[in-house]
Amino acid sequence: MNLTLHVWRQSGPKARGRFETYEAKEISEHASFLEMLDVVNERLLETGKDPIAFEHDCREGICGSCGMVINGIPHGPDRGVATCQLHMRRFKDGDAIRIEPWRAAAFPVRKDLVVDRSALDRIIQAGGFVSVATGSAPEANAILVPKPDAEKSMDAAECIGCGACVAVCPNASASLFTAAKISHLALLPQGQPERDRRVLRMVAQMDEEGFGSCTNHGACQNACPKQISVDYIALMNGDLRRAMLR
Amino acid sequence: MRLEAGIPDGPIHQKWQRHRFEMKLVNPANKRKYSVIVVGSGLAGAAAAASMGELGYNVECFCFQDSPRRAHSIAAQGGINAAKNYRNDGDSVERLFYDTIKGGDFRSREANVYRLAELSVNIIDQCVAQGVPFAREYDGHLSNRSFGGAQVSRTFYARGQTGQQLLLGAYQALECQIAAGKVRMFPRTEMLDLVIVDGKARGIVVRDLSTGEMRTHIADAVVLATGGYSNVFYLSTNAKGCNVTAIWRAWRRGAGFANPCFTQIHPTCIPQSGDYQSKLTLMSESLRNDGRIWVPKKAKDDRNPASIPEEERDYYLERLYPAFGNLSPRDIASRRAKEQVDAGRGVGPGHNGVYLDFADAIRRLSRDVIAERYGNLFDMYARITGENPYDVPMRIYPAPHYTMGGLWVDYNLMTTIPGLFAIGEANFSDHGANRLGASALMQGLADGYFIIPATIGNYLAGTKSERIDASHPACREVESEVKTRYRRLMEAGRSRTATSFYRELGMMMLDDCGMARNRKGLESLLSRIPELKQKFWKEVNVPGESADLNQSLEVAGRVADFFELAELMSLDALDREESCGGHFREEHQTEEGEAKRDDERFSHVSVWEFAGEGARPKRHIEPLKFEAVHVAQRSYK
Repeated sequence: MNLTLHVWRQSGPKARGRFETYEAKEISEHASFLEMLDVVNERLLETGKDPIAFEHDCREGICGSCGMVINGIPHGPDRGVATCQLHMRRFKDGDAIRIEPWRAAAFPVRKDLVVDRSALDRIIQAGGFVSVATGSAPEANAILVPKPDAEKSMDAAECIGCGACVAVCPNASASLFTAAKISHLALLPQGQPERDRRVLRMVAQMDEEGFGSCTNHGACQNACPKQISVDYIALMNGDLRRAMLR
Repeated sequence: MRLEAGIPDGPIHQKWQRHRFEMKLVNPANKRKYSVIVVGSGLAGAAAAASMGELGYNVECFCFQDSPRRAHSIAAQGGINAAKNYRNDGDSVERLFYDTIKGGDFRSREANVYRLAELSVNIIDQCVAQGVPFAREYDGHLSNRSFGGAQVSRTFYARGQTGQQLLLGAYQALECQIAAGKVRMFPRTEMLDLVIVDGKARGIVVRDLSTGEMRTHIADAVVLATGGYSNVFYLSTNAKGCNVTAIWRAWRRGAGFANPCFTQIHPTCIPQSGDYQSKLTLMSESLRNDGRIWVPKKAKDDRNPASIPEEERDYYLERLYPAFGNLSPRDIASRRAKEQVDAGRGVGPGHNGVYLDFADAIRRLSRDVIAERYGNLFDMYARITGENPYDVPMRIYPAPHYTMGGLWVDYNLMTTIPGLFAIGEANFSDHGANRLGASALMQGLADGYFIIPATIGNYLAGTKSERIDASHPACREVESEVKTRYRRLMEAGRSRTATSFYRELGMMMLDDCGMARNRKGLESLLSRIPELKQKFWKEVNVPGESADLNQSLEVAGRVADFFELAELMSLDALDREESCGGHFREEHQTEEGEAKRDDERFSHVSVWEFAGEGARPKRHIEPLKFEAVHVAQRSYK
């Protein structure tokens, strides 16, 4: 298939970006979206041009490296997949595709489609852990976790940290990301001792990083490659109120 | 090169405890005076950095990804083994030890493997305490499942994302230490060389991948947790960024490289859809429990599989191995699939796969039962191929996915360079010639959480190092060598992309040093690789600037090192005149086509020493002694 790509090119964090147009010719419909970009990049290289920088690694939807806004939708038109799992058969011959980086004040562009997501790491640093030093753990089956709680916790823990929830949110809020980690630990007995402190500190850090507030649009759960539910944002807000009152 | 493994005396079950007592300690107040570099942030690296930070050392941790949470450990699906015996089915440390030694085809070191089995139980405790959401029974206890190569249920899992959850546990512990100021994290930073001062590893030269800046970091010890090198093959299940550079550069600086030819192939991956694709997706082997593997008897038979009558199909595994059938071991299933494809009987658009057919199972058990068992795998397959495996047989083909070889380490996980340690997949120590399922996660975490935090103290307490900084002549020299190498890449001929060279090299390796190897193929590799390497350095096209985010330069640097590794792997595969585990030499097989070990000549670790540019590497051996287990021939009859 032949496609026309309008790709955001930006040479550095402070440079002005612009859309450039590329023809992607004779692309296999079985190629993944990133493999299509690989082919385009090889051709750019062969003609002496600078290839399009984009982030990627595992290419099976779990590392969370890849992510671009495709025709206005983070990770493209399919539900429940990361960009690397999107395949070209989802497009038609002759289509024009607009490709942009995540857009959020807290995710400055480094180059082309590569953005800086270190703000998400700093939210985890603020309290997204159980402070248990190596070697001090009790026997594993001494901590019982009811199966439904474990399942609900796992649903939240599946977050791959890609940032699509931020990219799709009109407020560029990181609420779904932050709520997923808070809920993962709040639903387990291991997370209880630090539960209040965790939610207070992580939410404060989220604000400090320049992410917006949640106004319940719910776009995040649709864009999430793991389909994490906005219910977890409610859980986070409940925890936050309780922790503030205590 | 001196290969002293330093195995403690005493009965095997007391060695680690005794060693822990005998090792030197660093006084708590003195730990903050020492600094340690950890390269890599996967299970081994993140666990090591976090645990050493907790102890009080000053840790600097490096990864090439934009966040430590993205290391490739995250992609492990199946689970993690531990000898908890929660199922009361006869498991024990001894049994896990024995299974691992036997699974490795008696090519690993007893004492290390025993310690791994011992520590497996502590790992589960640690991970549960961190909040890893392992699968649970309704009564709230931990759930287990069985996995290949074991007759007990000892595998702990978190859906099909065990690697992700364990890595996030280690990552969170790491972030906790970063927040506490004990670990400094350097993401998007790649190690390009090792600095040795007075014979001891004292630092690394890195490139900041955002700015292209090259600089030296100094420490009292360096720990490499940089994973495996399956990406030397063009097709592999590794993440695109996985590379050999860190351990390769350490090898060139004097670290021994053990058993480079021991690589593992996974039999159930989705075949390549076109030559633009190098990353293949692995699907759980559990599919072979209900799927039947077959190819059409006629070559290049492009009929719709459903219309091929039974008598024109060859269920070759069921025919060749009536007892094990479709559940034959990984290496056998892989080699037989290659044989069919090589003979032209491959299926699919590229004729590069074999069918894995669920039609019988659906008839026997119903579509719902199959959906319940494999629904998520079927969805993944459909998403990637656009075909519905409930109606059309899946197409599968083997792909490399793990490397048992790596830097040689002693019992303390120290390489032949004092002060340089290697942990996780980057070392060679525990899996011999073949790794069992659910054992990689176990080893990464045992090394990172429990072994290195103890052995690093022993090294630091017993070593006096002078205070140096990055202006030391040794640092300057290495830095300038790295800069020269990268300038050469930038200034080469600009006529062919690094990816195109990589495709050619990686396909050669797959064909002649992959699932099956023979003298002719390996000898031919040893003459073709240097030729291609020379062309690479003359013609490679790297555009842009080195002082910028330049992904083409990153790829070129990694491919350059894969060329050198490819030569050493071929040399080792040629030298090892036997078949064992994942290393299959066609000249050495039984009449049934099984691997034929030669314990008389090859019951050893082959350790290669860099002998200078262009010179043939020197081979040393560490003989393997088996005292606790009885050496036996693997059998699938």
